[in-house]
Amino acid sequence: MKILTGNDLVTGDVTWWTGDGWSRHIEHAVDVDSQGEAIAAAEEAARRVNGPYVIQATMTEAGPRPAHIKDRIRAVGPTVRPDLGLKPADPTIGDWVI
Amino acid sequence: MYRYDDYDQAIVDARVEEFRDQTRRRLAGELSEDQFKPLRLMNGLYLQLHAYMLRVAIPYGTLSAPQMRMLAHIARTYDKDYGHFTTRQNLQYNWIKLADAPDILAQLATVQMHAIQTSGNCIRNISSDQYAGAAAAEVEDPRPWAELLRQWSTFHPEFLFLPRKFKIAVVACEEDRTAVQLHDIGLQLHRNDSGEVGFRVFVGGGMGRTPMIAPVIREFLPKAQLISYLEACLRVYNRFGRRDNLYKARIKILVHELGADEYRRQVEEEFLHTQTLGLDAPQAEFERIAAGFAPPAFETGLSDDVDRSDPDFAVWLDKQVAAHKAPGYAIVNISLKPTDGIPGDASSAQIDLMADLAEAYSFGELRITHAQNVVLPHVRKADLQAIWQKLDAAGLATPNLDLIGDIIACPGLDYCSLANARSIPLAQKIAGRFGDLERQRDLGELKIKISGCINACGHHHAGHIGILGVDRKGEENYQLSFGGSGAEDASLAKIIGPGFSEDGVVEAIEKAVGVYTSLRADGERFLDTYRRVGEAPFKEAIYG
Repeated sequence: MKILTGNDLVTGDVTWWTGDGWSRHIEHAVDVDSQGEAIAAAEEAARRVNGPYVIQATMTEAGPRPAHIKDRIRAVGPTVRPDLGLKPADPTIGDWVI
Repeated sequence: MYRYDDYDQAIVDARVEEFRDQTRRRLAGELSEDQFKPLRLMNGLYLQLHAYMLRVAIPYGTLSAPQMRMLAHIARTYDKDYGHFTTRQNLQYNWIKLADAPDILAQLATVQMHAIQTSGNCIRNISSDQYAGAAAAEVEDPRPWAELLRQWSTFHPEFLFLPRKFKIAVVACEEDRTAVQLHDIGLQLHRNDSGEVGFRVFVGGGMGRTPMIAPVIREFLPKAQLISYLEACLRVYNRFGRRDNLYKARIKILVHELGADEYRRQVEEEFLHTQTLGLDAPQAEFERIAAGFAPPAFETGLSDDVDRSDPDFAVWLDKQVAAHKAPGYAIVNISLKPTDGIPGDASSAQIDLMADLAEAYSFGELRITHAQNVVLPHVRKADLQAIWQKLDAAGLATPNLDLIGDIIACPGLDYCSLANARSIPLAQKIAGRFGDLERQRDLGELKIKISGCINACGHHHAGHIGILGVDRKGEENYQLSFGGSGAEDASLAKIIGPGFSEDGVVEAIEKAVGVYTSLRADGERFLDTYRRVGEAPFKEAIYG
């Protein structure tokens, strides 16, 4: 699957396209198929996202999992500071990233 | 310390307001990201993996206690309660909101700090020796010259759009704590045969994709001609540097392609012109700057004796405290490398504590080192034990300076959008493997430096053991290099063989350390043994 990600213009937070908006949680990301570039252009023009780009991911039971480690780290936060990430209490989050 | 005059303050304040308006226009949609990006970068604001990152300049690594407290305040108020001290003596905040950035810059300006020219193809923050003004062996304090260069290079209209970024270091000792030969321009104050003090000028060093040690372009430059000579160096580069190829755009490539002799000839020719332009600072202006770096009022008659009866304190004393030029005083190195910590990271509380210690014990001064540690430059020996106790209570007293646990690591893929692999977890694994401080001391000086990509922010080319993270088909992989040095015996590390996984690197280092301990001669560091015996026994142990 292809999912769309970027950073929130104002906060810089990592965001994921949900089909009708943006979420900080990758579990909410949807397959954008061939529409990614068009959505990215429209959303960037509307200043709802900064630097959007389409990535490859696979759908798992826990939700979309990006193909590249860089985007998996973006999804959860720095691996060396899980306390700052979105799932600080999840002991399996490191395995998900690696 | 140097204090801003009205001009300094006015230009920094004006820049804050200019950026405030640019940010407002961006948020209002009047500027696109393409238009805004170069503007925010000129003010040190990057967009990294998780958020905006603000890089704050710490000129020549020198800070006052109020400035340090402001860094803590910003971390606490606008970020996630910590900051990251970098290999260029700067500080980075990793979680900045765009809308907050102008307010942060305004607050920095109140303590004479800014983020100007911490990005872009311009002259970046001038770096210098963290022991400046305190080391017994220095020819003179290099910081007035570094400050002069800061003022000269700030908003220099001719050098704001160079072919590529440009880094200058200034030192005044033979012992090099700045990697001076690995800068675009390295300036080393020294005495000539006549006893005059001037600059040895290195040009064309650097790390990154194509590491090079800078050749000496001028063995002796009279101090008074520093600016006109650097103008000549920069003009030749600005004119002939490779703007057509990002990877060949640094001055090191120009110097290499021209050859040092031809580059020198062109600089000297240009220098004949630039020294007629009245570019050099008037003596009175230099003296005004230098007055800001007058030595503090050291007490006299102090004892050099220190009570070493506490064994833990004695260990810290031997490792973290360096000789000072003033009797009864010492230089304290504060380790930001606890075994399970993140190299260079400090919490707001730790930053505040270091500011408090500077105020109470070090004439209000601190220094940041390119090895991502902090220095209290002027401490009475009688106060060392009290300082150690306070540092120890805050997790800042790990006695590992220049040992295998004192690892330089860039933010790597945990934070950086350019990185290919993570640096910090690897640093933690290595530090953990060699966590026994007694073993570290037995191994002696062993500098490990880790970069998460070819840009080499972690100085891996200059590591006794250098590690470069690469992306191998989507997997993190690490190339191991041996034999580098960023000190006065500068050398470039050489790749030892095929790369490793994270765990594989740790095992390989363990084997290399085993080779060293079995082959070392009396007094030899790891680097000395490697240089003496060559790579073969290390390679055999690692890959054989």
